[in-house]
Amino acid sequence: MLTPRSEDELAEIVRGANGPLSIRGGATRHLPGDGEPLTTRGLTGITLYEPGALTLVARAGTPVAEVEAALAGEGQRLPFEPMDHRPLLGTDGEPTIGGAVAMNVSGPRRVQVGACRDALIGVRFVTGEGAVVKNGGRVMKNVTGYDLVKLQAGARGTLGILTEVAFKVLPAAQSQATLRLDGLDADAAMAAMAAALGSPFEVSGAAWTEAGTFLRVEGLEGSVAYRTGKLLEVLAPWGLAETVDDPWADLRDARAVAGPGDVWRVHCRPSQAPALIAAVGAEAAQMDWGGGLVWLRVAAGTDLRAALPAFDGHASRVTGAADTAPQSGSVAALEAGIRARFDPRGLFSPMTETA
Amino acid sequence: MEMPPVDDFALAKKDALVTRLGEVLPGDAVIHTVEELKAYECDALTAYRCPPLAAVLPRTTEEVSAVLKVCHEMEVPVVPRGSGTSLAGGALPTADSVILGTSRLTDVLEVDYADRFIRVQSGRTNLSVTGEVEHEGWFYAPDPSSQLACAIAGNIAMNSGGAHCLKYGVTTNNLLGVRMVLMDGTIVDLGGAHMDAGGLDLLGVVCGSEGMLGVVTEATLRILPKPEGARPVLMGFDSNEVAGACVADIIKAGVLPVAIEFMDRPIIRITEDFAGAGYPDCEALLIVEVEGSEAEIEEQLSTIEEIARRHDPVELRRSTSEDESQRIWLGRKSAFGATGRVADYMCLDGTIPVSELPRVLRGISDLSEKYGLRVGNVFHAGDGNMHPLIMFDANKPGDLETCEEMGAEILKLCVEVGGCLTGEHGVGVEKRDLMSHQFDAADMEMQMRVKDVFDPSWLLNPAKVFPLDVTADRRAG
Repeated sequence: MLTPRSEDELAEIVRGANGPLSIRGGATRHLPGDGEPLTTRGLTGITLYEPGALTLVARAGTPVAEVEAALAGEGQRLPFEPMDHRPLLGTDGEPTIGGAVAMNVSGPRRVQVGACRDALIGVRFVTGEGAVVKNGGRVMKNVTGYDLVKLQAGARGTLGILTEVAFKVLPAAQSQATLRLDGLDADAAMAAMAAALGSPFEVSGAAWTEAGTFLRVEGLEGSVAYRTGKLLEVLAPWGLAETVDDPWADLRDARAVAGPGDVWRVHCRPSQAPALIAAVGAEAAQMDWGGGLVWLRVAAGTDLRAALPAFDGHASRVTGAADTAPQSGSVAALEAGIRARFDPRGLFSPMTETA
Repeated sequence: MEMPPVDDFALAKKDALVTRLGEVLPGDAVIHTVEELKAYECDALTAYRCPPLAAVLPRTTEEVSAVLKVCHEMEVPVVPRGSGTSLAGGALPTADSVILGTSRLTDVLEVDYADRFIRVQSGRTNLSVTGEVEHEGWFYAPDPSSQLACAIAGNIAMNSGGAHCLKYGVTTNNLLGVRMVLMDGTIVDLGGAHMDAGGLDLLGVVCGSEGMLGVVTEATLRILPKPEGARPVLMGFDSNEVAGACVADIIKAGVLPVAIEFMDRPIIRITEDFAGAGYPDCEALLIVEVEGSEAEIEEQLSTIEEIARRHDPVELRRSTSEDESQRIWLGRKSAFGATGRVADYMCLDGTIPVSELPRVLRGISDLSEKYGLRVGNVFHAGDGNMHPLIMFDANKPGDLETCEEMGAEILKLCVEVGGCLTGEHGVGVEKRDLMSHQFDAADMEMQMRVKDVFDPSWLLNPAKVFPLDVTADRRAG
């Protein structure tokens, strides 16, 4: 396994590569593609952390756990609540911060504060030609030049190997409370979540599984108590919600859909979620982001896209070989053009083409 | 400031071009007389002017596509223009270009409260987007100070921010999708009423690309339920350092205000003379605003005031009424206008790490002495986005040049301490030639390759963002 210890060494390897490189951080979120294995796990360390500026910069191979621990030490956190894929995929290894960025991994709080890409304010990466490139920086407001930071988030390493990532972070909440409504089907749950998210009470999580419909508020203690009371009123048409223990780590990691078969993620217009769930007849289903994200477990080999009615969004298989949403003609052409210019020799593409 | 030379051949095309444009647009949508074109010769960076060959005001995506096809075929550069409020010259024409204005693309296409979005044509003004949903208790969060006039198209082009983005983010964090037209006339949809891209985040790179990748004609925007209330507290300090330390302590304490605004002594005096907001006469002033119910506001402001007291404020005044809140904000919001009454000024927009605030303010003060021009500082302290206002006299020969030189020095200082040239106004033509202070050749090369994909012939707003010598080969085709 190639394990470069510096950005320069990594660039040297890329310049000298004669064929595809199979890039991974901890390989906990995907099956690495074909090619010579290369990990960013040798590029570690938090290079800058200024709690007073809400800014953290880390090398790409730094474990997510190390970043989260450093932030927790100052009462702060990553806003986007990245999931741990290991329970769902049965992988082991250490999830890296660069991997979370490459997959744009965002958990339940995405519905309130945005995705990983929204918290990402700077990147360094090595292109397919072995050039070291930076974009964005360490300040949270920056419109200098084109935003390649967003382009790199979720590009699955196909536009370059990330070496360093910078985030806007947030204060951790002093307290949280979660309300659960029982016995709602997907339609009713979607409506209840929309009512809560449409209220001024700053819901930071809205999810549904067989175990109930969950709504979270976070903040200062008095504020959480106040908003919990207000949400009870908002949710009254759907029953009496009760306060429950913090379920968000399990919801974040999509534990409700873990099991044999294929697991898919569907990003959709929230109000379309119940119809998508109904159309598929899934073995297990979970809604997050107020319906904007649907997790579905179906029999292995099911062509989920063929089973879904037309909707606004996209579906990707998470388990097994990577299978990302196909794009329409003109968008596909733009994507292909960008990949060709960031990686002219096609060294980085195999990850999305695993068989 | 230099613009690309114009060849006579391009100018000679004008008649043929106007004829072709007239064939694809209604008669009143093509503007080509010298008098009428005056309205399009500059944006809010008024020091630079140049009339375009023609201006077009299409009403639909299809008309935009038809215009771009004509210009693409005739190899005429196109400069997109929202409401022309760019402070960076983003909509400044070249003499061989066509201005494509979005001012007639103003329809609201869809509002959906259950799915929390609004879809509009891109020429709609920022404030009128909120105006469309506020009767139901919703709003569109990004609030650039030009929000009464500026168009969503321009907000997307520049990735505009505002005073409240500490909590709500900037345009890119509130943009769900666009319909846009490429230079060759191809209509493309990116994103939509769902969250996050299925493939590459092309929407993310289009936002903030200064109208160089495509012309956005429709936008799907995230809307939010309005908070129950909001209240500012005013704090005065003896020194900029102490005010800066107070900002850091507030942020570290785990309270995230919706806005933290900073003003220094010159700006405090200028605005107080103009607005009479009751500001104390001190070195540095902070306005910190929080949101929520009465009880929540009380809880947050108590925490914030306790922190402020530790820094020995010369003034600590919580607003007790809607009227007082408005007066506290009036001073801040009129800072630019009030400065404009006492001098001509140039507004900079660099961002710095908050921890570098005292050092940068000292550096600006030194430069002010060196160049003999006054500077006032007013900015979004929570996110380090500075707005130094350099005051000069436009009628005094050489003063503008001195001011520009000094501005460049300040922006270089921002980059040197780990910040950037522009936090929310954009590069445009104004900061184009400073790009190589922030980026290496390899950094800019990868950005330009994105344009190569969207606009291979470099006809869309080609003389912006990158230094002209860097783009010369590409623009030559």
